Amino acid sequence: MYKLKFDNNLCETCPTGDCLVKCQYMDLHKNEAIAEMIKISKGEDSFVLDDCVTCYGCEEYCKRGNHPFYLITEMRQKKGILTAPRAITKQWINIGQPQGKFRTGDIKKKILSFGFMPELLQLVQGRLFDDVMPSYVFGQEFFCNVVYIHFATTSIIKERLPMVLNNFRKLGVEEVVCMHDECFGAFASLAPAYGMEVPFKPIHYFEYLYNRLIELKNEIKPLNVKVAYQRPCSSRLSSDKHHFVSDIMQLIGADLVDRKYQNENALCCGDMFGMLTGYDLRHDVQKRNIDDMVNSGAEYCFFNCPACQSALAIKVAKRGIKPIHIIDLCRMAIGEK
Amino acid sequence: MSDIRLSLAEIVGEDCVSNREEEAYFYARDPGLMPAHKPDYVVVPKTTEEIQKIVRFASKEKIPIVPMGAGMALTGLIIPLKGGIVIDMKRMNKILEVNEKGRYVIVEGGTSHGALKSCLEKNYPRLRHSLPDAPPAATIAANVMIHGQGRLTQQYGFNSDMVTGLEIVLPSGEICKIGSCSISKGWFSKGAPLPDLSGLFLGWFGATGIITKVAIKLYPKKKMRDVDIFITDNENLVPDMIFEITHTEMAEDVLIFTQPLPMMFKDNHHVSYYITGDTDEEIEFKRKTIWKSLECFIKSKDGGFMSVPPVMKPTLLEMPQRSASRLADVKRGGGFEYSGPIVLVEKYPECSRKLVELSGKYDLAYSGMVRIIDRGHSMMFAFAFAFNRANSDMMDRTRNAFQEISDYVLKIGGVYWKATVDEQRLAIERMDPNTRNLMKMIKNNLDPNGIMNPGNWEVN
Amino acid sequence: MKYEEIVHRCFRCGYCKFTSDYNDFNCPSYRKFYFESYAPGGRMWLIRAWLNDEIKNSDHLQEILFSCATCANCVEHCVFTFSEDLVNIFIAAREEMVNKGIIPPPVRDYLKNINISGNPYKEPAEERGKWAEGSAIQPYNNQEYLFYIGCVGSYDERAKKIARAVGNLLIQAGVSIGILGARELCDGNEVRTLGEMGLFQYLAEQNTSLFKELGVKKIITLDPHAFNAFKKDYPGLEGEIEIYHYTQILAPLLQSKKIPLKEYRATITYHDPCYLGRHNGEYEAPRTILASIPGVELVEMDQNGENAFCCGGGGGNFFTDILGGGNDSPNRIRARQALDTGAQIIAIACPQCAKMLDDAVKIEELEDKLEVLDVAEIISRALS
Repeated sequence: MYKLKFDNNLCETCPTGDCLVKCQYMDLHKNEAIAEMIKISKGEDSFVLDDCVTCYGCEEYCKRGNHPFYLITEMRQKKGILTAPRAITKQWINIGQPQGKFRTGDIKKKILSFGFMPELLQLVQGRLFDDVMPSYVFGQEFFCNVVYIHFATTSIIKERLPMVLNNFRKLGVEEVVCMHDECFGAFASLAPAYGMEVPFKPIHYFEYLYNRLIELKNEIKPLNVKVAYQRPCSSRLSSDKHHFVSDIMQLIGADLVDRKYQNENALCCGDMFGMLTGYDLRHDVQKRNIDDMVNSGAEYCFFNCPACQSALAIKVAKRGIKPIHIIDLCRMAIGEK
Repeated sequence: MSDIRLSLAEIVGEDCVSNREEEAYFYARDPGLMPAHKPDYVVVPKTTEEIQKIVRFASKEKIPIVPMGAGMALTGLIIPLKGGIVIDMKRMNKILEVNEKGRYVIVEGGTSHGALKSCLEKNYPRLRHSLPDAPPAATIAANVMIHGQGRLTQQYGFNSDMVTGLEIVLPSGEICKIGSCSISKGWFSKGAPLPDLSGLFLGWFGATGIITKVAIKLYPKKKMRDVDIFITDNENLVPDMIFEITHTEMAEDVLIFTQPLPMMFKDNHHVSYYITGDTDEEIEFKRKTIWKSLECFIKSKDGGFMSVPPVMKPTLLEMPQRSASRLADVKRGGGFEYSGPIVLVEKYPECSRKLVELSGKYDLAYSGMVRIIDRGHSMMFAFAFAFNRANSDMMDRTRNAFQEISDYVLKIGGVYWKATVDEQRLAIERMDPNTRNLMKMIKNNLDPNGIMNPGNWEVN
Repeated sequence: MKYEEIVHRCFRCGYCKFTSDYNDFNCPSYRKFYFESYAPGGRMWLIRAWLNDEIKNSDHLQEILFSCATCANCVEHCVFTFSEDLVNIFIAAREEMVNKGIIPPPVRDYLKNINISGNPYKEPAEERGKWAEGSAIQPYNNQEYLFYIGCVGSYDERAKKIARAVGNLLIQAGVSIGILGARELCDGNEVRTLGEMGLFQYLAEQNTSLFKELGVKKIITLDPHAFNAFKKDYPGLEGEIEIYHYTQILAPLLQSKKIPLKEYRATITYHDPCYLGRHNGEYEAPRTILASIPGVELVEMDQNGENAFCCGGGGGNFFTDILGGGNDSPNRIRARQALDTGAQIIAIACPQCAKMLDDAVKIEELEDKLEVLDVAEIISRALS
C-alpha cells in the first residue's frame, strides 16, 4: 500500500519549525512547532490535529522536503478526526466518484487536463491553447483527488489516484498540462510523496501560459492595469511555480500590486472554512483579504482556481474590483477579450 | 343531451361549450395516476354571471359540476367522477385590482400565478405573492382552494391563509361575498373580525361552491434573494435543525430535499433556506444569524453548509422553479406524482426512511421534498415518484406505493394534502364523528342536490 | 408515426402556452379556442390517444391538429429536453392524416392546387412573374443573387406590392438580383407543415436541381417561410448555396448608409414573423433597418422577439383559415396589441403576416389608426 514519505529526523534537526510557526491560523513558537510535529509523526495526539484549518500552507513553509500537511491529514484519518462535517465529506466523496461520463478530445502526446471542473471548459478558448486543443480530458476519471486532504480522507486518494494515473497511462500521453493548479500539485507533489508513479510529465498551466505568451509576444498589448492575485491553497503544493504569476503579469503589462496578503502570506478564499467551521473564520479571512485588495488599489482580482473564483467573485465585485480568471486576463492582453 | 348543449351554448356562446370526444378525453384525466372519467360537457365561461347561470341550470337539471384551474394538483381533483360539466376557469384570468398600500390583489377565478407574478414585477416591484413551484399555469383560486403552499409559506402559512376575500357562486346559483368585502369595498380580510365563512369553501375542492374572485395578500419584495444549503447525513437531527432555523425568524422559504441522484445528493438531507434583503447588510445579517444558529451541528460534525455550485444557484432561485416540473421526465415518461401529507416536523426522520423503504420495495425513482410551513408548525413531506407513462407496470407499482403511503400517513398522525378520493374516504373514516357530521351538515345544506364536484368530501 | 416515442412524455404543465415572463398566453390556437385540446399539451395527449386507438380520427381532431400555426412558441418555452421536436410532432401527426387521406377539405384543396397549378391560387404558372412587369426587376440570368418570391408574393394582391417594393429597393441599393418568374416553383414550406411529405420532397428536389442547373450561388427570399424551408428542410442546400432573408441583406446596407435616407417621422412597432424570428433566430436585422431611418421611433409590443405573438398565418392557416373568424382570432389580437403601443405603423417582414394583419386592422376598424407596412415599403417612404 501507499505510505507517506515522512522523515521525522528532519523535524528533530529543523532550525525554524517554520511549518507551524508561519501558520496563519495557529499560534506556535519554534519549540512548540517542532514538538507537535514530532508527536504527530509518532501517532500521538496533538491539538494541531483539531485546530488545523487545511490551508495547505505548511507544505510550502517546510523548506526541508518533508510533508507536514500530508502528515497531519494521514494522522487525522488514522485517528478518525474529521475536519468537515460528515455529510460534507460524504458529498465530496460522491462528487468525485468516477461515473463513466468522462470526455476526451483528440488525444495527442501533450494534453490539457481539466480535471472535472466544468468552468475550465468555458475558460479554455482561443489562441493561447490552439496548439494543444482539442487534445484534452475531462471527468472524474481524470480528477486529481487532492481535495480530499481538506477532508482528511487520504484513503480515498490512495484508492482513486492510482486509478486516475492509470487512466492517463492508458492514453499514452507524455505531457499533461494541468489546467487546475491542484491537479499539478497532485502529480508533482502528492503522488510522489506517497510513492505513486506518475507516468507522464505534469506541466503547470502557468508555465504553459507563460511560454505561449512568449511565442505570441508581438501580439501582446500591455494592459496597464493594477491587479491583485488570489492565491489558492493548492498553489502551496507547487510553490516552485509561483514565480510564474509575477512573470506573466510582467509579460502582459499588468501591475501586480504589492499587498499584505501575498506570496507566503496569502489568504485562502475561505469557502472551505465555511464548510469546516462555519461563519466567523470565513467571514474574517474574506474581509481581510478583500480589504487588502481594495487598500492596495487593485482594479482587478485575478484567480487561478475556479473554486476561489466562485467563492469571491461577487464579493470583490461589490467592492469595486473586477473579478477575472488569469486565462481571461491573458486573453485580454492578446486582444481576444 | 342536445338540449343541454343548447342551453349551455345559450349561456356561454356556441364556441365555448364542447361535448366532443377530444375535449372529453383531455378533461377526463390529469397527469397523475388517478383513473380517468369523462365529462359530458366542457365549458369555458368568461364571467361570473355565466357561471351563475350554468350553476342554476345544472342545479335544476341535477347535472354534476366540476370547476377546474390548470389541473396540476396531480391527485385527480378535477376528474369529473360522475361526469357532468367541467368548467375550465382559465378564460377568467384578469387581475382586477392591486391595493398597493393594503398589500392585497383581487383576481378572477382563473387567473394564473404566472400572470400575477408578471404583473407585479412590471408594475409593483416592491410586492410579491406566495408563488408555488407548480407550473405558472396553476391558478391562484385553485391553489388556495386546495390549501396549496408557496415561497412565503414558511413565513406566513398556507397560501389559503393568505386569502383576504372571496366571491363564490353557491350551488344555489347565488353570488356570495366572503370576508370584509361583504360589508366594505376593501378586500383585506377573509373573515376576521366577522365569523369566518371562508372555511365553508377553502379546502372543499369546489364541493360547496365555485370561486369566481379571490383576493390574496401581497408581501414585501426585497431587492436581493439568496439561498444556502445545510446538509446532514443524519435524518434524526433534521427536526432540531429546523427548530433552530425557524427560531431565528430570518428565513424566507425553508425546503428540505433528499434523493439518491445525482451523485452529489446521495446519502444526505439538504436543508435549503432562502434569505432576502434590500441591502447587503440586511441579507448578510440574516445569513450570519442562521449560520450561527446551526453552528452547534457543525462543531459536532453532524451538519455543514455545502458549497453551492455556481450553476445550481440560478436554478434554485428561479420562481417558479422549472426544474420541479422537469422531475416528470426523470423516467423519460412525462409522469410525476407525489403524496405530500401535512405532518409535524418531528416526523421527518421516519418519513425519510419510509420513502427509501418504499422506493426499494417498489423499485421506483424517488425524491423526498419538504416545505416547512409557518415557522415549523408543520411540514409538507412529499413522497415523490417519477414514472413512465408508457410503462403500465411502473405506473401500477407507483400506485401501490401511494396506497401504502396513504395508510402510513394516518399512522404517523399526518393529514392528507390534496387528498385523492380514496384518501378523502380514509380521512372521513378516521375523523372525529362530530367533525364528520359537521362536514356532512355543511355539504348537505350548501349543496342539497349534490351537484358540486360530487364524490369529493362526501360523508355517507 | 415519427417521434412516436416522445408523445407520452408531455406533462401537460402548460409552460408551452406562455411567454417567457408568463404575462400572457402566447399560443395562437389556445388564445382563440381556449380549450386545452387546442394547446400544445392537448395536442400531445390527443395524438397519443389517437395512436393508442383511444380516440378516433374525426373532423374535430383534424381541426385541432391543423389549427396549429407552427409558430414554435411551445418549442421556445417547453421546459423539457424534447421541446425542440414539438412542432415536428404535430407535423408528423398531420402526415399520418394526410397519408390516410382524412384531412379537412381546405387542407386537401390547398395541396391539390399546389400539385396541379403549382400555387394555391389556381392561377396559371406562366403568370407567376407578372407582378414584376414594369419594375426594374429582371429575370434571373446569373446575377449575384436569385431573388426568390414564393407563391404568396407572386399572386396575392397585397403581397405583390411588397415584392415590388423589396425588389426595387434591393436594386436601388446596388444589389444584383434576378427572379425566376414563371420558372419559379413553390418552396413547399406549407406543404411540409401540412404533412404532405411526398409532395414536399418532390418540390425540394425540383427546386434544388433548378438552382444547381442555373448555377445559383446565393438566394434572397422575400418570404420567411421560403427562407425557413431552404435553410432547414431542403437537404444539403444550406451548405451549397448561401440563403438570406431580404432584411439580412438590407440591414448592413442601411447601417453603412449605402442607401441615403431622409427623415420620416413615425412611431413604428415591429411584428416578428415566426419563421424569421423564433424558427431562425433573426430578430435584429429588421430592427436595424427601421432604426436607421431618421425620425422613426421604434416601440416594442409586450410580446416581441422570442415572445412574439403569431399572426395566425403559419402552419397553412393562411390558406385554411382555421384560426380565422371571431374576436379572438390571433391576427385580431395582434392588431390590438400593436394598437396598445401607440404606434401608427405595424412593420412586417413577411407577406403572409402582412395580409393577416391588414385584414385584422380592417375588421377591428382601426384603419385610421394603424397601417400595416413591409419594412421595404417603410424605407421607400424615407428615400431621398
